[in-house]
Amino acid sequence: MDSVLASDRRYVRDTVRTAVKLLVVGHFAVGKTTFVGTLSEIRPLRTEERMTQAGALVDDLAGTPDKTTTTVAMDFGRLTLSDELVLYLFGTPGQSRFKRLWEDLARGALGALVLVDPNRLEHSFEVMDLLETHGLTYAVAVNQFDSAPVYPLQEVREALDLLPSTPLVTCDARDPISATRALIALVDHLLTPGQEYA
Amino acid sequence: MTPPRNRKALVRPHVVTAGRARPSRNIFDLVTLVIATSGGVGPLTPEKRRIVTLCQGGALSVAEVAGHLDLPPSVAKVLLSDLVDSGHITTRANAPADPADRSAHERLLREVLDGLRARL
Ligand SMILES: Nc1nc2c(ncn2[C@@H]2O[C@H](COP(=O)(O)OP(=O)(O)O)[C@@H](O)[C@H]2O)c(=O)[nH]1
Repeated sequence: MDSVLASDRRYVRDTVRTAVKLLVVGHFAVGKTTFVGTLSEIRPLRTEERMTQAGALVDDLAGTPDKTTTTVAMDFGRLTLSDELVLYLFGTPGQSRFKRLWEDLARGALGALVLVDPNRLEHSFEVMDLLETHGLTYAVAVNQFDSAPVYPLQEVREALDLLPSTPLVTCDARDPISATRALIALVDHLLTPGQEYA
Repeated sequence: MTPPRNRKALVRPHVVTAGRARPSRNIFDLVTLVIATSGGVGPLTPEKRRIVTLCQGGALSVAEVAGHLDLPPSVAKVLLSDLVDSGHITTRANAPADPADRSAHERLLREVLDGLRARL
């Protein structure tokens, strides 16, 4: 029984010593779940927290079963990067009203990849503001849907009002090579000195 | 027979965690790796027993424990914290470099970058 469990691919390799996380953020239906699923070596997992509409974590519902609550889901996956290192990818909408959830997620994260849909760029502002507020460095990836018109990246950059140093790439969230390249652009950027927000 | 219902709907978080909303110590990040000690499951609540049984197979992150057992991460943290206190669970050495330590942080980022590049 033990040996069966030990070879269970669900578990992190015995030699792994460090686990790091990157966030994959963006609005509803931008492709976060797809992106995480494309890269994950485990079946992506989903967790849910119940929150009040006002954004408080619901962990004390005693006596108030009717309180209006909403569920905030988070999808995540795992990539073993070496014998000693695993990377977790957390996909989250990143809504500012769920402050405590967000802080939990952002704490210790190396950085974030913002997925954007060029047809709905304005929906990406909230999450970019949130990242800047928390001092998380990010890169932006345009998730190119087949049917969507292709906009020049320079126009997207201007519309999103990105810093000149913020990487902007195009990706296909369904393609592992393309998704990996987007993460590489992010980590490359994290290695460039002086990326912290003031 | 009625089909089993979603158990999340049946167990209110405060019941599972005996009314405590927050871990006694904030030692857990979502990616802290946890594993069962060789201790066995002893007299534990069903929820804790499920966690220990899962973690006997190998190391998993706190987020994975929550995901596999359909627990909100906040609840999983409280339960795991108790299980560390009671000696059933231990954390795998996992102190991601302090970002203030520039060179260690940079080394870590390079490892991540190398690992990603190797996948192309
Ligand atoms: N054509 C195309 N469809 C995509 C792409 N990425 C995601 N989708 C689809 O868009 C929908 C929303 O994606 P999902 O990953 O669930 O978005 P999320 O809400 O951000 O997690 C799904 O039906 C996906 O199959 C892409 O790159 N190209």
